[in-house]
Amino acid sequence: MKSISGNGTLRHREPLTDSQLLLFITIGIFAVMYVLAMVILGGGYLKPQMLFDLLNDNAYLIIISCGLTMVMITGSIDISVGGVTALVAMVGVMILNGNISLFNGLISTLGLTEEWRIVFALLASLLIGLAFGAVQGFLIAHLQIQPFIITLAGMFFARGMITIVSVDPQKAPQNLMDILQTRIEIPWLGSANNRGVRIPARVEIGVVIALVIVILVFFLLRRRKLGRCFYAVGGNQQSALMLGVNVRRTRFMAHLLCGLLSGIAGFVFMMHTGAGNATNATAAEMNAIASSIIGGTLLTGGVGSVVGTFFGVLTLSTIKSIVTTSGLRDPWWQSITTGAMLCLFILLQSVVLMRRNRAKDTTKERGKKET
Amino acid sequence: MQDDVVLTMRGICKYFPGVKALENVDFTLRKGTIHALMGENGAGKSTLIKVLTGVYPMDGGEIRIDGVEDAIVIRSPQEAQGYGISTVYQEITLCPNLTVAENMFIGRSRKSRVDWKQMEKRSGELLQKLGIPARPKQQLGNCSLAVQQMVAIARAVDTDCKVLILDEPTSSLDDKEVEMLFTLMRQLKESGVGIIFVTHFLEQVYAVSDQITVLRNGQLVGEYEVRELPQVKLVEKMIGKDLEDLSSMKKKETVLDGEDFYEARGLASTESRPFDFHIAAGEVNGFTGLLGSGRSESVRAIFGADPVTGGTVKVNGKQVKISKPLDAMKQGIGYLPEDRKRDGIIADLSVRENIILALQVIQGMGHPISRAKAEAFADEYIKALAIKTASSDTPVGSLSGGNQQKVILARWLLTHPQYLILDEPTRGIDVGTKTEIQKLVLQLAEDGKSITFISSEIEEMLRTCSRLIVMRDRNIVGELKGDELSQERVMRTIAGGGE
Repeated sequence: MKSISGNGTLRHREPLTDSQLLLFITIGIFAVMYVLAMVILGGGYLKPQMLFDLLNDNAYLIIISCGLTMVMITGSIDISVGGVTALVAMVGVMILNGNISLFNGLISTLGLTEEWRIVFALLASLLIGLAFGAVQGFLIAHLQIQPFIITLAGMFFARGMITIVSVDPQKAPQNLMDILQTRIEIPWLGSANNRGVRIPARVEIGVVIALVIVILVFFLLRRRKLGRCFYAVGGNQQSALMLGVNVRRTRFMAHLLCGLLSGIAGFVFMMHTGAGNATNATAAEMNAIASSIIGGTLLTGGVGSVVGTFFGVLTLSTIKSIVTTSGLRDPWWQSITTGAMLCLFILLQSVVLMRRNRAKDTTKERGKKET
Repeated sequence: MQDDVVLTMRGICKYFPGVKALENVDFTLRKGTIHALMGENGAGKSTLIKVLTGVYPMDGGEIRIDGVEDAIVIRSPQEAQGYGISTVYQEITLCPNLTVAENMFIGRSRKSRVDWKQMEKRSGELLQKLGIPARPKQQLGNCSLAVQQMVAIARAVDTDCKVLILDEPTSSLDDKEVEMLFTLMRQLKESGVGIIFVTHFLEQVYAVSDQITVLRNGQLVGEYEVRELPQVKLVEKMIGKDLEDLSSMKKKETVLDGEDFYEARGLASTESRPFDFHIAAGEVNGFTGLLGSGRSESVRAIFGADPVTGGTVKVNGKQVKISKPLDAMKQGIGYLPEDRKRDGIIADLSVRENIILALQVIQGMGHPISRAKAEAFADEYIKALAIKTASSDTPVGSLSGGNQQKVILARWLLTHPQYLILDEPTRGIDVGTKTEIQKLVLQLAEDGKSITFISSEIEEMLRTCSRLIVMRDRNIVGELKGDELSQERVMRTIAGGGE
């Protein structure tokens, strides 16, 4: 039927898996959309800084979405991510402000400098994220409670906690923010401003963190046993159990990592805004779900990729940015177009998958006839 | 423990609400032998296997395995694997979204790193050695059911196992594939693995097994050497009653030239090529052919189960349009699907709810069937078809395969269809129930109903059908009736070596 090469494997180009196909669709859509924006709207879109701004503004969303993608691949869901992000940002700002006496005490007894507050804020972020992930993961994986309900409770809990931490909006001190908002300058990607002065492209540290996380999660999903178990559990939980996958641990780990990433996202959010506010990261969970779906992750589990999610975030934020720059400044236009686009993407995805399945059947038929 | 014994189970008990699934069952497996586990539906074969693999905790008894001093307790499939007990289940327990190679290796390595190259190389070698037509990088969901089953076996074989359990492994394989599997089983036997072989195909038991253990109603009937137990005796042990009705059962010579109840010209669906077909009232006919020859796809087109793409259909001489199952149902057509797990039962609903489903759909949601009526219907058919269930409230998913099949049959019988399509109604079912279903088919024909019957077993088709439509490569290649209905003739037509 097909030629067999020396080492016994079939020399044959494999058809794309569903995950890969959806990934290519997403990247294609993003590229087409961005090029269209460059051609039609021109202006800012022609400058690399536009892309970097998208990244700067959405670094936290990329991180949240990475965590959510893992959870969604296992066939679960976490809608507490936005709340946790906001809570972490608020706690972080409070620590930077010196409003939490525990850390003040630590700093004075250990004789540390002001800058150590940043380290404590980071540690607190990781801990809060891990705590949410661990508790929710335990309830979902070991007590078999519906993930939607548990994380809905988690979301309310986190949002409520923000107000308990501080009723008033908080602002981080400028000296610490200067450190946090250090930007990496890339001169060769810069552009001239309207006075003709050349300004280098600026990238925030948060973007670097987000990219590192995308890469780490990519390798986790592709190269680590745990990552493959995410797919197995999402593909068919019962089968995964029979195959010897520790389903409970796998589901727990997905939620734990998702919580941890929400914590990191909160810290990155704080680095970007320097403000603690009860309305921080509003609807971030919904944007993250939308991004993952646009990126080709299926809500039913088993299919998805973190690179797709990365492009999903970019696609979503590009849509919003295009809507704003084309003059529709009212926020509802963003919502309406996002909704419409999301709907379109899902339609496109399912049409492509359906056609593909049909094509698959006919080729299988042909294959059968040959043999 | 004796030297040549690899596994002993003593006094195993397992109870479910209202049912004694296993009572005091013993089982002994020797090294390098193939041991068939036989029994009717609900005899406890599956339960015994699930206890052994840690899916169900046992309520009593002890399990000992070679190499472990004390009696062992198996709490999960992983633990079973740890003791060297691997299982291939009847329903494919692999992940369709992963590649073939991954399905063979996931959950086995202690390492947390995944070495794709190594994994694909090893699985490629194994697939080639076993002659399985799959590629390591292929997404499993793209493979045929038979290949998926074989991948599952390859996986089990590759783990270093002492006990290999094959639970109905052949139910979706064709003859050639079955032979391949047997070769493999003998190969494994030579290497000293003890194989537990659960099947309902008697010929297959005699083809490969060394010993047979028979269960009936959750109790041990006995353990026998295959040489010392003729086939007739085995069937007797399994069903515990004389088999005279099997041979005395005679199909009546049906009126083939009666009024056509159903007639299709050039009927085609997205899955099937255009074909002509007709069936008279009171006729039993069948589609036959190899697995994948298009027989199931054809009957699915008749029922509108796949999107219909062309052709004209007449019911009772009047032209009608059947484009979806509900259209067919309204014309008095019923369809018992091949894959009862996916297309047939709704596992979480009760027996009663499953039985009244089709009738309710035909009546429309505006006319609910009252609870009292539903209960009466359910009880009537549970009795009529001898469905083994604790009550009509029991979820269908907890019944054995044959009883689930009877529930679906009951569902259609309740709608009093004029034309019933039965696709592999006897698959995965024991001899006793098989005979019952065959008798029921003939009885229905006697009452003037039309039946289309599909079965992988030609003998069964010959016993029930008065006309056989033979398919090969998705085309109808012949029609046999009367004297032409012999096993040899059918085989020849299927193989294409006919006149």
